Amino acid sequence: MTSTAPAIGDPHRCLRAQARWRGIEVAFWLATPLPFLLLPSHLQLASHIAITALFTLSLDLILGYAGIVSLGHAAFFGLGAYAAGLVSKAGWGEPLTGLAIASAVAGLVGYATSAIIARTRHLALIMITLGLGLLLHEGANAAHWLTGGADGLQGVRMWPLLGRFRFDLYGYTAYAYSLVVLFLMFLVTRRLIHSPFGLSLRGIRENAIRMPAIGTPIRSRIRAVYTISAVIAGIAGALLAQTTETVSLATLDFQRSAEVLVILILGGAGRLYGGLIGAIVFMVARDQFSGINPQYWYFWIGALLVSVVMFLPNGILGGLAQFRPLSRRAGVPAALGQRAPGWRASGILEGIAQLTSSRRDKSS
Amino acid sequence: MSAPVLSTRRLDKSFGSLVVAKDIDLSLPRGVRYALIGPNGAGKTTLINLIAGVLQPDAGRIVLGEEDVTRLEPEQRVKRGLVRTFQINTLFPNLSALESVTLAVCERRGVAGTWWRGLTGYREEVDEAYDILSSLTLGAVCYQPTRELAYGQQRLLEIALALATKPRVLLLDEPAAGVPRDESTGLFAAIAGLSQELTVLFIEHDMNVVFRFASRVIVMVGGRILVEGEPSEIAADPRVREGYLGGARHG
Repeated sequence: MTSTAPAIGDPHRCLRAQARWRGIEVAFWLATPLPFLLLPSHLQLASHIAITALFTLSLDLILGYAGIVSLGHAAFFGLGAYAAGLVSKAGWGEPLTGLAIASAVAGLVGYATSAIIARTRHLALIMITLGLGLLLHEGANAAHWLTGGADGLQGVRMWPLLGRFRFDLYGYTAYAYSLVVLFLMFLVTRRLIHSPFGLSLRGIRENAIRMPAIGTPIRSRIRAVYTISAVIAGIAGALLAQTTETVSLATLDFQRSAEVLVILILGGAGRLYGGLIGAIVFMVARDQFSGINPQYWYFWIGALLVSVVMFLPNGILGGLAQFRPLSRRAGVPAALGQRAPGWRASGILEGIAQLTSSRRDKSS
Repeated sequence: MSAPVLSTRRLDKSFGSLVVAKDIDLSLPRGVRYALIGPNGAGKTTLINLIAGVLQPDAGRIVLGEEDVTRLEPEQRVKRGLVRTFQINTLFPNLSALESVTLAVCERRGVAGTWWRGLTGYREEVDEAYDILSSLTLGAVCYQPTRELAYGQQRLLEIALALATKPRVLLLDEPAAGVPRDESTGLFAAIAGLSQELTVLFIEHDMNVVFRFASRVIVMVGGRILVEGEPSEIAADPRVREGYLGGARHG
């Protein structure tokens, strides 16, 4: 790699520029431990945000990248939560193995149901995912002997993380644990979307009719990504069960499926960071609104949603991307972005917008 | 003439009472440039859909080389070298041309399912994609999202995507559809310049282009093959002149 301006004819450099870590990304992750110092009384909330962000990331994989709309994604979140809870209740409270078992359970169910998902599209897909979610929810409700039904799963007790760190009341361990798992799963997801597999997912989203004509077995790709997404959602659910030591039917219900979809659209689907930004904005807004107006706080959530969708149809990150001064229309040199995203006064918005630059602007 | 690369035997297809293909017998030798002509509704695109596997025939067989591919999925036929393009641009609007063609190359080489390795590690695949694009004069614009390409460039990208699969038989559904006549000659020059190993079947309405670039012509009317022959024979055939060339409906 040379430092000179790129020749028009260097395709490798162009692709490398897309996958490169940007300064703003590094800054984002460096900022994530700040709540330990600045908001030590809100670590439970921070942990909850990290878990929600991980759950949203799992939805982004199928919705934002492969174009599979799901209204029942809470099924895998809840499966992970119940699996982790039940493992602990059965007498094995070790968190990491619990997490692994929960992700395997969610992944298995994800793989089994993916056979239906891969054959369905559009409205039917929404109905199928919704239906599967409802089936699981009512199944858990009916299986009182196993899940505790509407009373929730009682008796979840976690052992200290790595044998050393107790899950404390303030959430120090909870947030550290959730954050590290989120970051690791983010790294996996980031690698995945910049791989040939990730490219083929974007191809399916962009034009599912063309894909067979270039030799892509669409169904097996969809099954693969749906299973991976289910695993990640299951991990998120397991984290919630382990860090709060309770599992309720709410982990499986329709509202959670709807909420994660809202968060993703709020942040910007298919932008990798959309789910993370969306989770932060949504959860903080909910926390604040419910404080201001305990009875009617969903009113303000509604107002937030309507205004975001009206004014920022591609979500928060999509909206910020429009402020980006360098239009990709300018061609290669601009797309390559030779300069680092400097911290000039105007650089912050621009930098945030660059989080999104590996992806589309659907509005055009 | 060598053994056919692609042949069909008595293909039938109807939608309810509408017969769209009847007794289609084709036999395409290696390296020929076949033009498929006929009025609108003659079943030309249906025939391509049948051969490519988008539609299943009610009866008949499709043989690629030695192998019966009648029951194979479209992507399995692509893997065996039977590839089509689309009359209406069927591209990836928000992928760059480079990404699109790289995807097709990765697919052919069997690495498109790999998720743990970055795309940047696949230098050979990217180089090959770039070479294909360059050979079709798309090298300079290949970093732009497809939706920003000029219409004629998108038509070329249709062909580039097909070439990335290394086809043995290429089915081009009106490759110059919507392209102004002066530009379509350049597009067909690119097609004419393709490897002589490659067998090409193309649908085209412009008779000047057909007679200039096709080595053989198939005329379809009403879901049947009316006649097949050298361009000069077709031009002289009274049935063709009456039913199609001289007729009011040029399509």
